[in-house]
Amino acid sequence: MSTSQTTTTEHHPALAHQFDSMEQQQDASTFGMWVFLLTEIMMFGGLFTAYLIYRIKYYPAFVAGSTSISVIWGFINTLVLICSSFTMAMAVWSAQTSRRKLQIWFLIGTMILGSVFLGIKAKEYYDKYDECHIPGLGHQIIGKPFNTTGGCSATDSKLGNISKEIRDHAAESHEEVSKESADQTADQTQIFFSFYFAMTGLHAFHMIIGLGLLTWLLMRATRGHFDSQYYTPMELGGLYWHFVDIVWIFLFPLLYLISRHKGGA
Amino acid sequence: MSTATTTPAPVMPARHFLNDNYGIRSWLLTKDHKRIAILYLLSITVFFFIGGIFAALIRLHLLTPNGELFSADTYNRLFTMHGVNMIFFFLIPSVPAVIGNFVLPIMVGTKDLAFPKINLLSWYLYIGGATFSIIAMVSGGVDTGWTFYAPLSSGYLRGHVVLMAVGILIVGFSSIFTGLNFIVTVHRMRAPGMTWGRLPLFVWSNYAASLIMVLGTPVIAITLTLLALERGFHIGIFDPKLGGDPVLFQHMFWFYSHPAVYIMILPGMGVISEIVPCFSRKRIFGYAFVAFSSIAIAVFGFVVWAHHMFVAGISVYSALVFSLLSYAVAIPSAVKVFNWTATMYKGSVQMDTPMLYAMAFIGLFTIGGLTGLFLAALGLDIHIHDTYFVVAHFHYVMVGGMVTAYMGGLHFWWPKMTGRMYPEVPAKLAAIVTFIGFNLTFFPQFILGYMGMPRRYWAYPPEFQVLNVLSTAGASILSVGFILPLFYFLWSLKYGEVAGNNPWKATGLEWETTSPPPTHNFHQIPIVTKDPYAYGEEEEEVPVVH
Amino acid sequence: MNLNFPIFPDQASSMAWHVDALYLFLVLLTTFFSVLIAVLILYFAIKYRRRPGHVAQQIHGSTLLEIIWTVIPLGISMVIFVWGAALYYHMERPPANALEIYGVGKQWMWKFQHPGGQREINTLHVPTGRDVKVTLISQDVIHSFFVPAFRVKQDVLPNRYVFTWFRATVPGTYHLFCSQYCGTKHSGMVGSVIVMTPEDYATWLASGKAEGSLASLGEKAFQQYGCTTCHRPDSGARGPNLEGLYGRPVRLTDNRVVLADDNYIRESILEPNAKVVSGFQSIMPTFRGVVSEDEIMAITEYIKHLAPQESNPLNNRTTPTQIRDSEVPNIQQQNKQQNEQQQQQSPQGTRPANPSGKKP
Repeated sequence: MSTSQTTTTEHHPALAHQFDSMEQQQDASTFGMWVFLLTEIMMFGGLFTAYLIYRIKYYPAFVAGSTSISVIWGFINTLVLICSSFTMAMAVWSAQTSRRKLQIWFLIGTMILGSVFLGIKAKEYYDKYDECHIPGLGHQIIGKPFNTTGGCSATDSKLGNISKEIRDHAAESHEEVSKESADQTADQTQIFFSFYFAMTGLHAFHMIIGLGLLTWLLMRATRGHFDSQYYTPMELGGLYWHFVDIVWIFLFPLLYLISRHKGGA
Repeated sequence: MSTATTTPAPVMPARHFLNDNYGIRSWLLTKDHKRIAILYLLSITVFFFIGGIFAALIRLHLLTPNGELFSADTYNRLFTMHGVNMIFFFLIPSVPAVIGNFVLPIMVGTKDLAFPKINLLSWYLYIGGATFSIIAMVSGGVDTGWTFYAPLSSGYLRGHVVLMAVGILIVGFSSIFTGLNFIVTVHRMRAPGMTWGRLPLFVWSNYAASLIMVLGTPVIAITLTLLALERGFHIGIFDPKLGGDPVLFQHMFWFYSHPAVYIMILPGMGVISEIVPCFSRKRIFGYAFVAFSSIAIAVFGFVVWAHHMFVAGISVYSALVFSLLSYAVAIPSAVKVFNWTATMYKGSVQMDTPMLYAMAFIGLFTIGGLTGLFLAALGLDIHIHDTYFVVAHFHYVMVGGMVTAYMGGLHFWWPKMTGRMYPEVPAKLAAIVTFIGFNLTFFPQFILGYMGMPRRYWAYPPEFQVLNVLSTAGASILSVGFILPLFYFLWSLKYGEVAGNNPWKATGLEWETTSPPPTHNFHQIPIVTKDPYAYGEEEEEVPVVH
Repeated sequence: MNLNFPIFPDQASSMAWHVDALYLFLVLLTTFFSVLIAVLILYFAIKYRRRPGHVAQQIHGSTLLEIIWTVIPLGISMVIFVWGAALYYHMERPPANALEIYGVGKQWMWKFQHPGGQREINTLHVPTGRDVKVTLISQDVIHSFFVPAFRVKQDVLPNRYVFTWFRATVPGTYHLFCSQYCGTKHSGMVGSVIVMTPEDYATWLASGKAEGSLASLGEKAFQQYGCTTCHRPDSGARGPNLEGLYGRPVRLTDNRVVLADDNYIRESILEPNAKVVSGFQSIMPTFRGVVSEDEIMAITEYIKHLAPQESNPLNNRTTPTQIRDSEVPNIQQQNKQQNEQQQQQSPQGTRPANPSGKKP
């Protein structure tokens, strides 16, 4: 542990020994958080780049994949996250203005919204499982092997037949697409789903870490640690939470919205 | 070691960071950057010798052309684990995490890094990653080569690729947090008067390396995650059988791993920029140029990655662009070499051990850097790519450069870290033996490479044997040069002369505090009024801080 | 141990001299600068060694010097860049009218197919004085085709064709290495390139047991897989006519224009829906996992040899929609080059006459 006392005599209990003043501490911590977020941007950036490259390479399959996931749930989740960003911002504001009760309620609100997001995400994941859209070529990972061409043991056997959707869509625009061809495109949606799970999974992982952070902030807030003198952790937690929200703001259009077929599920 | 010896002149300080607190908890839960540096020193030394043993076995195996010592499978595991351990667990943390951690906060004049807990977390992440690596090694190892090229690594080999990838992922975060800590410390924690223009060049170069750590490492993290997912769950990202693109893996891998060589070399350049002025008693020649060349290297380093892929099937035009940019990154390195040399001009040069290492660095790095020009020349790279020429070039920069700088830095700051001098005679001997052994080991590999011997070959045509035997002979000399310091450093902990605050009469805030420094580095935060490397003025004033 | 060891590789191709010239220039340059730095360091260390009465003379720096030693290395490195780039540009563009050999890399061997149908494993026979273009693909992981004596190297990828070319000059036997680490027996994936005089090469070709030319093997596969069902020259065909396709630009359904080269043909067999020709529906099933790499190479070779039929106008619906040359200048260039190549090839008779006249 800390090996000796600092020479400074009177200071805020939250001031760490290596800093001269609260201002310096807050300044350094915020700066550090921004640098960390830069790291995060590079990490998601790598994944986004790979996604875009494959999107160009397997364009029809990515369109078919996008069409097959539920834009409604995605949209609800977007709203949930935007609301949670608002409550988080309010929690930070309450801390800055020394409103103790309020910050606790806003933190709890943020956590509830975050959990709702994860719940909806889990529901979406279950749907993918149910429709046999968990990727993994010919390997039965969790119960059901990947299948996009029907014959899957989904509760509703009409669900998840991407191959059929492709042909139906083509028929609408009076094009002929053979079953083999549609099957092949449907098979390539595995790559789309790989990215879907990798990107939303990494995002959900960040959400879970965020919930952990919020729990910690909540514990400190209930003990009255934060006020207008000292609210750095709250501010940093807020920065992180907003960042995770912004990542979703990019994920939602990339995965759910761009070039969906008209009238897709 | 807490009591002073009988020598009248320098006396060990009564209280310092080593004796402030005792017990295993005081070390494992320390937030003191200096203790964390010592923890890093111990752990990376272990990995240096593990990696070194692999290297020795590789060289021993290559004595004969037909692969008689190990099976091909074992040999492949040996060179993979040599590469992985040396790069991720020794070279990347070496100067930043050991020497940087120890002296950087003192150099900028602060009590600790900005985030001491995160600093400790870095070390635990390092240990966590190292544990995965060790588990992977003892349970049979990995045989992908340190580059993990897909689809070989994701679908074809039996080794513990996922374990090793997780280990590297974790150790990557250790390096991200170290970089983050350095950046914030340099930006926000400088002592009064310590302007950017007064920062020691060691700080500049570590700052540049930290930028790469923060911006590059997350990309390798995501790349290795995707690789592990592909291997574990057979999702198609890189394996063409599953619809992926193997060249994309190379792009993503080298986007980090090329800048990573600058993570490795930049801090080493920083060490040299400290040693050369000190032992020449002269200001560094062209301070601003040396400082900005570090930043230039970091920036250009990010846009040259595809020069590892000239024969990998990239388009002719992108190859042209990447070749051109690779020459751009060579210029700042050349500027540094010329400035160091010019610093010695009309100096008052004393060839103590750190200076010997620094001189070896300049020479070996010059050769290493210039042979990089061969590899950046497109038409020539076609022939020497993936041959021993690359191996030799890489080791000239990484061992001849970085390890030499690390050893020089360790000798230079050893009195500051421990309060005691290492013995000069065996140290000089080790430096000279290292230099000779190194050249004998790696120079023949340039010739082998141009002859066309591919790297990672378990067996090779007999006409290459003589040069391989020479190389192995050199390696045995080199190993002596590396083992010797282990003994005399340990010896010096107990029997070394007490160093005093400033045995080299060097400038820089770290020499104004006691050796070893107190836990909070300074009894009073210094106010900086002088330019860095103000040699020539130190005769008038003797800064002693109590 | 053979103490009579060489320190310079054989020069057995037209490029070797050029690469070596750049290499030796760089060796001289490296030696010059390394010796310069080493001598300066040692000279300064001795001349200005610390001794009583000697005080360092403080010099802060010199912008002029900094500029000099920035600009001079920059100039030198630009010379190297241009030199290396020119070589590379030359080495990366196979000349027209080269002898085409197909190679497949797999763990851990090299398989080669000559146009006449001769097959080899881990050896490659080539004649002197003739440009040889090797089209390469891997069946599994990434390999690399490396012939030190020719100074050529090319990574061999599993998902698309890559090319390398050389013109051998000196008869002899040279190393063929795989230089990209490819698994346990990486160092066993070696072979030899046997360079022969044209006369010996002709004799060797004649002695080979060929089951027929590569194109005729391709034709067999083409029929065996039922490709002829759709790819017919008549107007009712469901697939584009392939006669005269190779080397021409093709307009796709989404109005993009691509060049029908080896990689396009391979992709169209394995992923037929990736680039569908304008005017056709995506109805072709994939042949991934059905045809082997060897067969794809043979089919490609067969398609290359399908000459355009004078009787069938090129612009009917059954041919890939043609692009006017003026539309796409760079494609035009490639197109012309290809035409020249075809014209040059025809009189030489390396191309079998329209295989067996099976066309309807």
